[in-house]
Amino acid sequence: MRRGTPGVLAAALALTVMATACTGAGEVADGGEVDLDVSTGVTDDSIVLGSHQPLTGPAAPGYLAVSQGARAVFDYVNAQGGIHGRQIDYRVEDDAYDPAQTIDVTRQLVLEDEIFAMVGGLGTPTHGGVIDYLNDEGVPDIFPSSGALAWNNTEEHPLTYGWQTDYTKEAKIQGQYISENFSGQNVGYLYQNDDIGEDSQAGLDQYLADEVVAREHYESEVSDLSAQVAEFERTEAEVVVCSCIPAFVALAMLEAASIGYEPQWVISSIGGDTATLQGLLAEFTQDTDAEDVPADAFLDGALVTSYMPRVEDQEDEWAQFFLEVYGEYGEGETVTNTHVFGMTQAVMVAQVLRSAGQDLTRQSLVDAMEAQEWQGPGLLPFSSSGGDHGGHQGVYVVQYRAGGTIEMVQGPRVTDREGGGIEETDFERLPPEELDFHD
Amino acid sequence: MSSPTGKSAERATGPGAHAAGSPDTPRGRSRRTLPSPLRHLLFAALGLAAVTGLLLVTGDLTALRLAAVGYTMLAVAGLQLLVGGSGQVSLGHGAFMMIGAYTMTLLVLHQPMLPIAANLLIIVAVSAVAGIAVGAATARLHGPYLAGATLILAVGLPGLTHRYHEFLGGSNGLNIRTAGAPPFLQGVFTDSEWKALVVWTTVVIGLAVLATISSGRLGRRMRSLRDDETAAAMAGVPVGKTKVVAFVIASAAGGLGGGLQAYVLGTATPSSFTLVLSLTLLAALVFGGIGSLWGALWAAVTVVYLQIWATDLARSLELGRNVENNLPVVFFGIVLILVLRFWPLGLHGALTRLGARLRPPTTR
Repeated sequence: MRRGTPGVLAAALALTVMATACTGAGEVADGGEVDLDVSTGVTDDSIVLGSHQPLTGPAAPGYLAVSQGARAVFDYVNAQGGIHGRQIDYRVEDDAYDPAQTIDVTRQLVLEDEIFAMVGGLGTPTHGGVIDYLNDEGVPDIFPSSGALAWNNTEEHPLTYGWQTDYTKEAKIQGQYISENFSGQNVGYLYQNDDIGEDSQAGLDQYLADEVVAREHYESEVSDLSAQVAEFERTEAEVVVCSCIPAFVALAMLEAASIGYEPQWVISSIGGDTATLQGLLAEFTQDTDAEDVPADAFLDGALVTSYMPRVEDQEDEWAQFFLEVYGEYGEGETVTNTHVFGMTQAVMVAQVLRSAGQDLTRQSLVDAMEAQEWQGPGLLPFSSSGGDHGGHQGVYVVQYRAGGTIEMVQGPRVTDREGGGIEETDFERLPPEELDFHD
Repeated sequence: MSSPTGKSAERATGPGAHAAGSPDTPRGRSRRTLPSPLRHLLFAALGLAAVTGLLLVTGDLTALRLAAVGYTMLAVAGLQLLVGGSGQVSLGHGAFMMIGAYTMTLLVLHQPMLPIAANLLIIVAVSAVAGIAVGAATARLHGPYLAGATLILAVGLPGLTHRYHEFLGGSNGLNIRTAGAPPFLQGVFTDSEWKALVVWTTVVIGLAVLATISSGRLGRRMRSLRDDETAAAMAGVPVGKTKVVAFVIASAAGGLGGGLQAYVLGTATPSSFTLVLSLTLLAALVFGGIGSLWGALWAAVTVVYLQIWATDLARSLELGRNVENNLPVVFFGIVLILVLRFWPLGLHGALTRLGARLRPPTTR
């Protein structure tokens, strides 16, 4: 090859690309107003809703149940005649929890499937990559399935409505509960090293800054918690708050049991699905010395925070209703609280679609979101208006008992994500038959 | 999905037209006698024109996927030069895409006034430096040892984002917004189409550079290394230097591909650049055809579209949801095995053979 040709080519590359774009790559002009007076995806007899979920890949075993639950409720709603005579067409695309794929499937849903709204898009890194796009395109972004604080930002993302109690609110109530009921005891934090950990600590520290003796994090790629649990034991932490996904709650419990360390576990809602935990514990103990120990034994006494109805609760009308619906419309397996997650979301989506009235446009949906008086199925007041798109406003605390029962040890309390106080609430829910979410 | 097949057809006519033009000796010969950089730039311009045409008749979704084909192709082409050209197997190519992607997001976040072209040049520089560091360290390794060393890169590099959580955003990664079409073109191209065009402009130029290198002295040296290192050394080829240079070029192409990906998607997260990506790139390259840059095109089309087609296929067959979700992976595996069983040179090898079989009647 002649000397110098790479240089010439490089110069050609530089010149050509320079000529194509001279403004700064990061200088984005503000987009104009989006037109919400459209009813994309709505026909006389159907409404197309879309969602991105991890149906395959490493996150699928934990979260597949969300869309299964939601689908069962939408099928139930359709069987009752739909919403104002329209059937819900729920389209779920697999993103394998890879943000690059989320972007592709979201565009596919918006451009090809022409969805009316995005509902329950799952995951912080995944949904975080499409939130700008959805808002720019004027697609209502209802109830992302994640507790990140980012969803509640009406200035930048007016069309995004958070759903899950955010990590900071939940952690504040956990912190207060621990400081009141385990006062003076050493506390350890175990958290996932991303926004979950960051936001949770911001809440916990408001109440436990003096009690905390160990802050240990884990990476979701590394399934070994021996160093972390050893550190809790060394610092004599009597209470361990686990802001973790289910797999790591199970790992932490097993690791602790294997070294004979028995702290009081306090588990966030994201990791507190006992049915899922039992499955994981049984799986992890297989072919080990602990094979004969029932999974329940590890979970006995664990404190879990929650905001939705729970399947373990035999008295709760919504929990029983969900069990029935899933039995009839679901894909026939054990109903977990992860299913209930999707089912609760779906009921609320159906409810707001119903409130939006017969003449459904994106604007009327947004108006309905802002005006909706939420009355369940969640046990907490819900915020979707007036600049606060924070979703559920707090949590209640249950204690799990071996044998599959739970006891509510602290009723629903609400708070904010800043330094505000924590208050009890006298929120009243409507039972399933009275809540207006289908024809 | 009529567009990609349309594109393939368009592309496939390239070499075909060349062959058909051979009786027309003066024209054929004059094109042959062009110096190779010019000839490659001409091809590049034709490719870009084809993509632009395609963009104008299709929508935003196709634009996104065409862009994906573009940046994947550039990354695979770099790998092609490394693996097919110099015979070094890298399992860590995804790591260089990650370096490119993070460089792009960091540049856009911290230096938003830099134009995209400057960003791309910086990315080339950064990933070339990374390539020198890795290439120099691994130049003495070959075969499975090199593969093992590069494997560490693919496994380890995403961990850096956790270590420097504040700066690199941990597992949630970094999100950016990039400028779309310049004001005077806003009516002609949508933002996605514009970004696809920027991607393809970069890609065709990058490919022209790679093709020029491949057909020049450096390419010849690489191939001599691939075939027999000792013989090459005795013939005076500087073994270590050539290996490192091949590695650096591949890294730069990979980095550029990753940077373009971040530019189009507006996000860079560690979960997009796992070991799976590196293995997919290598598998796709083998599938597309390891001996030619054309293989990179088929590889990129496969990576982007096979999943979509397989999902559509599964849906149309109305199989169970579990089957539907997992079919694309199985489908890719089976197709890969079949192609390699019957055409060891991949899809491009198959097409070449098909072309050779069809040719005799036309030249009769």
